[in-house]
Amino acid sequence: MSFPWAKKYQPTSAVGQWMDERLPLARFVHDALGPGYPTPKNLNAFYNFGVLAGVALVIQIITGVVLAMHFAADTSVAFDSVEHIMRDVNGGWMIRYMHAVGASFFFGVVYIHIFRGLYYGSYKPPREVLWMLGLVIFLLMMATAFMGYVLVWGQMSFWGAQVITGLFSAFPVVGTYIQTLLLGGFSPDNATLNRFFSLHYLLPFVTFGVIILHVWALHIPGSNNPTGVDVKTEADTIPFHPYYTAKDFVGLGIYLILFAAFVFFMPNSLGEPDNYIPANPLSTPAHIVPEWYFWPFYAILRAFTTDFMGVPAKLMGVLAMFAAILLLFLLPWLDTSPVRSNSYRPLNRALFWVFVVVALVLGVCGGKPAEEPWVVLSQVLTAYYFAHFLIIMPLVSKLEKTTPLPGSISEAVLAKYGRSADGAAPAAQPAE
Amino acid sequence: MIRLGALAVGLLFVISALWGAVQPREAASPDMAKELHKHPKHMEWAHNGPGNLGVFGTFDRGQLQRGFQVYKEVCSACHSINRIAFRDLADLGYTEAQIKTIATEYEVASVDANGEPATRKATGADKFPLVYANEAAARAAQNGAYPPDLSLITKARPDGTNYLYSLLTGYSDDVPKGWSKPDTLYYNPYFHSINIAMPPPLAADGQVTYADGSAATKDQYAKDVTAFLTWTAEPKLENRKETGVAVILFLIIMTGLGYLSYRKVWADVKKA
Repeated sequence: MSFPWAKKYQPTSAVGQWMDERLPLARFVHDALGPGYPTPKNLNAFYNFGVLAGVALVIQIITGVVLAMHFAADTSVAFDSVEHIMRDVNGGWMIRYMHAVGASFFFGVVYIHIFRGLYYGSYKPPREVLWMLGLVIFLLMMATAFMGYVLVWGQMSFWGAQVITGLFSAFPVVGTYIQTLLLGGFSPDNATLNRFFSLHYLLPFVTFGVIILHVWALHIPGSNNPTGVDVKTEADTIPFHPYYTAKDFVGLGIYLILFAAFVFFMPNSLGEPDNYIPANPLSTPAHIVPEWYFWPFYAILRAFTTDFMGVPAKLMGVLAMFAAILLLFLLPWLDTSPVRSNSYRPLNRALFWVFVVVALVLGVCGGKPAEEPWVVLSQVLTAYYFAHFLIIMPLVSKLEKTTPLPGSISEAVLAKYGRSADGAAPAAQPAE
Repeated sequence: MIRLGALAVGLLFVISALWGAVQPREAASPDMAKELHKHPKHMEWAHNGPGNLGVFGTFDRGQLQRGFQVYKEVCSACHSINRIAFRDLADLGYTEAQIKTIATEYEVASVDANGEPATRKATGADKFPLVYANEAAARAAQNGAYPPDLSLITKARPDGTNYLYSLLTGYSDDVPKGWSKPDTLYYNPYFHSINIAMPPPLAADGQVTYADGSAATKDQYAKDVTAFLTWTAEPKLENRKETGVAVILFLIIMTGLGYLSYRKVWADVKKA
């Protein structure tokens, strides 16, 4: 589907015509991200992060495929094979640092992408399925990243695998069975490493498939925009190409500069030094922490320290950690406000920023050892995390008073540049 | 219905988390090790380049060779650098002949003509052999302590290069009052548990004689061997930075051109 004014694909050559009648690949590209895809003209830089996430995944897949050519999934040599890549494979250090830093950057852009969606109400009708597919991608990413981290078979790999699979043992009856199934044994060992390698290679392609659905679902209603107002006329849109290809290219350049700065000048700053120690099942690290992108959820997991109404603390923590992500699937029905963009929802906007701070501080708590004051802080913030989505948000969307929406995207853009719809300077502007 | 269910689940998690938050906590017992523990000293390193920023900078070859000498004469009594091959020493500025000479000082496991286990002199292609056959042998010989392989040590500790230098120069005989230190261990506040099994390895000035006339002091030994072990952990460091500078210059030009095209393409939209 597209808007009626979308530019139709016209083959310009006989070959193009011939091909178009048999496999309209060029038409597909033209309609998906070419001149045939009308896009709101007011998308800001935050709308760049979807494309960046796609690029990040492609970088992960390409570097990952090359790493897999040199990696050996066997507990006796996995760590050595990684060091072999770093020392003896031509350019291996660059490929591996790109892959390791790339994982962090992938999560970074996806988090910004998710918060962008939260701010501008991109999960609201008619984009609920688009939002939920995005969350499926997020879950797949988390599983993939976790398993990839284990492959290195350093200390944090081993003990991370131990802790994370151990979470499943909290479930009554089936828990230990699930844990044994995940590990292929009773503790992380060769079976674990092999199945994680297999799945770590598989899941990115599954993710890629879900991304195709995600982009398909995006193209049905088209992009949301910072006003949250639907596209009404042709004046509200510009063709994706050349406008957003040009704009996204600048964003991509800036992203790659930051990425290169980390890869080449501080490649280990985002990782745990302990993972440069080969895995040792007999020696537990003092602080077992996941990578930074899991910290907020790790904080929620550890926030439940007392049994509650007969539910063991550990089970409560595990349930809360999963619920913290799963509740996002319900967001389109928890936030019932007809106004999408927080630009016109002053109260909800303030709460959005409170939530951003809460999520960041939860992240800090998750990276710290389980000591005071971090434990009590995570407990209070975890309570707020759930209250924000499950209690406050439904109430606010019922009770708040929103500010007037612009008549159209075009009107909002013109107002921003100080002109009225007929092209004259607005009356409020003092005459020269 | 969804919102009612959400409210119920929300209340459950909120109350349960807050219930945990109001539980009385054990008063934190003062952890003396934590109070005594010191962060690594912040040192300037040749490989960090101007301003110690880490953007430019190359290893000081002379320092790496001195560091290797300190490693060989002191550290290698207990610690291996098993991820380093003798041929890698070419990075330090040694010639092929010198590397051959160094390698022949080491014996590596082999098989003789009859298929019996034997040893032979190492070649450039061999890695530095392990000092102990395995961890158990090391612990048996070292009073229960395990001297780790040093190949990756500066990457395996937070702020590793500064940490290693601080640790090597951080031994002290002034054990604070109230701190219990067994006689077999040594006091070093840069070590995570304060009491360390390794005796001060750089005990006296003049312990190693440098051929290039550099100061034969404990401090200099510590700096040199730390630089050497930074190289063993990250032998591609120079290559990495050079590549990085070129890549970033390219990306800045590319992004600049991209920005100009963006301005041109969007000129009519902004005016509309």
